[in-house]
Amino acid sequence: MTGGGAQYSEAFAALGGGGPPAWLADLRKAALAEFSTLGFPTTRNEDWHFTSVTPIAERTFRSAKPPSGAPPLTELLEAVTGDPAWPRAVFVNGSFDGSLSSLGGLPQGVRVNTLTAALKEEPEFMAAHLGKLATFDAQAFTAFNTAFAQDGLVVRVPRELKVPLPLHIIHVADAQAAGCMLHPRLLVMVEELAEFAIVESFVSFNGTEYFTNSVAEATVGNGARLHHYKVQRESREAFHVGTMQVAQGRSSLFHSFSYASGAALSRTNIYAKLLGEGAEVQLNGLYLIDGSQHADHQTFVEHIAPSCASRELYKGIVDGDAHGVFNGKVFVDPEAQKTDGKQSNHTLLLSPTARVDSKPQLEIFADDVKCTHGSTVGRLDEIALFYMKSRGIGAENARALLTYAFAAEVLETVELDALRDGLEHIAFQRFTHTDQR
Amino acid sequence: MLKIENLHCSVGEKEILKGISLSVNAGEIHAIMGPNGSGKSTLAQVIAGHPGFEVTQGTIDYEGSDLLDMEPEVRAQKGVFLAFQYPVEIPGVTNAYFLRSAYNEIRKARGDEEMDPMEFLDLMEAKLKLVDMDTALLHRSVNAGFSGGEKKRNEILQMAVLEPKLAILDETDSGLDIDALRVVAGGVNALRKPDNATVIVTHYQRLLNYIVPDFVHVLAGGRIVKSGGKELALELEAKGYDWLVEAA
Repeated sequence: MTGGGAQYSEAFAALGGGGPPAWLADLRKAALAEFSTLGFPTTRNEDWHFTSVTPIAERTFRSAKPPSGAPPLTELLEAVTGDPAWPRAVFVNGSFDGSLSSLGGLPQGVRVNTLTAALKEEPEFMAAHLGKLATFDAQAFTAFNTAFAQDGLVVRVPRELKVPLPLHIIHVADAQAAGCMLHPRLLVMVEELAEFAIVESFVSFNGTEYFTNSVAEATVGNGARLHHYKVQRESREAFHVGTMQVAQGRSSLFHSFSYASGAALSRTNIYAKLLGEGAEVQLNGLYLIDGSQHADHQTFVEHIAPSCASRELYKGIVDGDAHGVFNGKVFVDPEAQKTDGKQSNHTLLLSPTARVDSKPQLEIFADDVKCTHGSTVGRLDEIALFYMKSRGIGAENARALLTYAFAAEVLETVELDALRDGLEHIAFQRFTHTDQR
Repeated sequence: MLKIENLHCSVGEKEILKGISLSVNAGEIHAIMGPNGSGKSTLAQVIAGHPGFEVTQGTIDYEGSDLLDMEPEVRAQKGVFLAFQYPVEIPGVTNAYFLRSAYNEIRKARGDEEMDPMEFLDLMEAKLKLVDMDTALLHRSVNAGFSGGEKKRNEILQMAVLEPKLAILDETDSGLDIDALRVVAGGVNALRKPDNATVIVTHYQRLLNYIVPDFVHVLAGGRIVKSGGKELALELEAKGYDWLVEAA
C-alpha cells in the first residue's frame, strides 16, 4: 500500500504551506503527517473490512483547477432534486461559484460564508471550530481533506431561529474534473433552539473519473434541530468518500438522510456524539446500486449522555454485481443510562451476483439501556407479489412496484416535500421505467 | 362458471384439502363456512393461485378453461377476484396508481384500450361512494397504516373497480364492526349481477344476514361435510359446528 501523504506531498507543497493563518498551516501539516503515517486504509482495518479503497489508493489525483465555464443554471437545477426556490451554494469542481449560487432567501441572522471568506472574516470562530469535531486522528480520509480542503462552506444559525427553507449545497463535477480530487469542507453551527435543514447534492455533468472526499462537522446546540440530506449521484466512474461528524447538545435532534446511487465506489461515514441528556439522532439512508458499483455506509453513534435515543434505518437495493455495505456501530458510555437505540438494515438483492455485507456492532457499558438491531437480506415478498398479481398486475410490473415500495418506505422519512418527490420519482422511474406515479 | 372436482391440496407434507367438489353458476352466491383450520381460506387462495399451496389431485374448471394452469394475474384478467383476509400493505404505491395499473392490465388483456388517469379518477369517484370512502384514500399508499376495517373496505373498492365475474371474499367480515359490515355487504350486493357469482368464506353467520346466499357449504377437515340452502347457516349459528365435525 502506498503511503498516502507521501504520494501527495508534491501537491501539498504546491498549495504553498496551507496557510495563512498560521494555525491553519500547522493544522494542515499535522493532517498531512497523519495521512502519511496512516496511508489509505486496507481491508485489515476493521472499519474498512468490506470496502477496498485500492482503486483510490493506486491513483494519484491532481488538485482541481478553478473551472473555466460552468453548467448553465437551468440545466443544473434540472439535474438536482429539490426546489429551485431554495437558497443554494454551488461548487463547481470544488470551487464556489457565486454566479450559480443564490443565498438571498435565507433569513437575517443566518451567516453563510465560503471557507476562504470565513478564514478572513471570522478567524477566531474558525480557529476555535475548524477541525475540532472532525478530527483526523486515525481517520485517513479526514486527514487527507484537512490537508487539502481549499473551499467549502461555513454556516451559523443563531439562537432560536427556525429557518423555514433548507440550504441546498450543490457540488458539481464536470469533464474538467477528470483525474482530480475535490475536498469540500462544511462547518455548521446550529445554536440553541434553532432549526435548520441542509441538502447536499453531489452530481456530475459529463463527469468521468474524479475523487470527492468531503468532510462536514456540525454542532447542534441544546434544543436545536439539524436535518442533513445527502444526495450522492456522482458520475459512475467517480470515487466518493463523505464523512460527517456531529456533536449534539441537550434535547437536540440530528436527522440525517443519505441517498447513494452514484460513483463506482462510495463510502459515507456518519458519526454522531450524543453529549447532552435527552438528545435524539435519526439516521436513515437508501442505496440503489447496480453494475459493479460499491456503496458503503458506516455509522457510529456514541451515547455519552443519559436518556438519549438513536434510530437508524438503512435500506438498499442491489442489482448486477454490485456490493452494498452497512456497518452500524453503537457505543453506550457507562454514564449513558436509559439509552434507547434501534438500528435496522434491510437489503433487497435483485440478482444472484449482487452482494451485501451488514454488520451491526453494539458496545454497551451501561446497564439500564434498550438497544436492538435487526438486519435482513432478501428477495421480494412472495405474498405481496401474489396480492398484486391477484389484481391482474403482471409479474414483471408487480416486481417493479414492490421493489419501488421497498425503497419508498425509507424515502418517506424525507421531510422536505420537493426532495422526497424528486427521489421518489427517480426511484420509481428506475424500477418501473415509467414516469407516471 | 366454476367447477371444482376432487380437489386435493397440500402445504409441504400436510394435506389441507382432501377432495373438494363444488359447482358455482353465474348469478349465484355461495357461502363456505366451517371451523378454524377446516381449509376454507386455503380453498379461496387456491382458486386465486396462491403460490404457497400445491394442488396434488383434482381439477378446477373456470368457464371451460383449466384454472390451475393459469398464473394468478391471468386468472384475475379473466375475472377471478379474491378479497384477502389479510390485505397486503404496499408503502409508496398509491391506491390510485395501484388500481389504475390493475384496471388497465385487465383491460389490455381483454383487448380494450387503457384508461387515462383523469378518466380513471372519475370512475373511482363513483366507486368510492359505494364503499363510503373518502377520495383522499386514493392518494394514500395501498393499505399502509389502514385500520382493519379500512383494509377490508379497500378490498371491496378494488372489487368494485375491477368488476370480477367470480368474486371470493375470504373472511371479509372478520374484525369489522357492524357499520363497516353493512357498508361492505352493501357494496357486494350492489355489485351483484346475473352474470357474476360470489363465494363468501366465513366463520360466522353474521355477514349472511346482509348478503343472502343461495347455497351454504360446511367445510371440515378439508372436505365439504354438508351443503344446503341459506337456512343451513342459521342452523350452524344455533348449533355450532361440532355436530357436523363429529359426524364427518
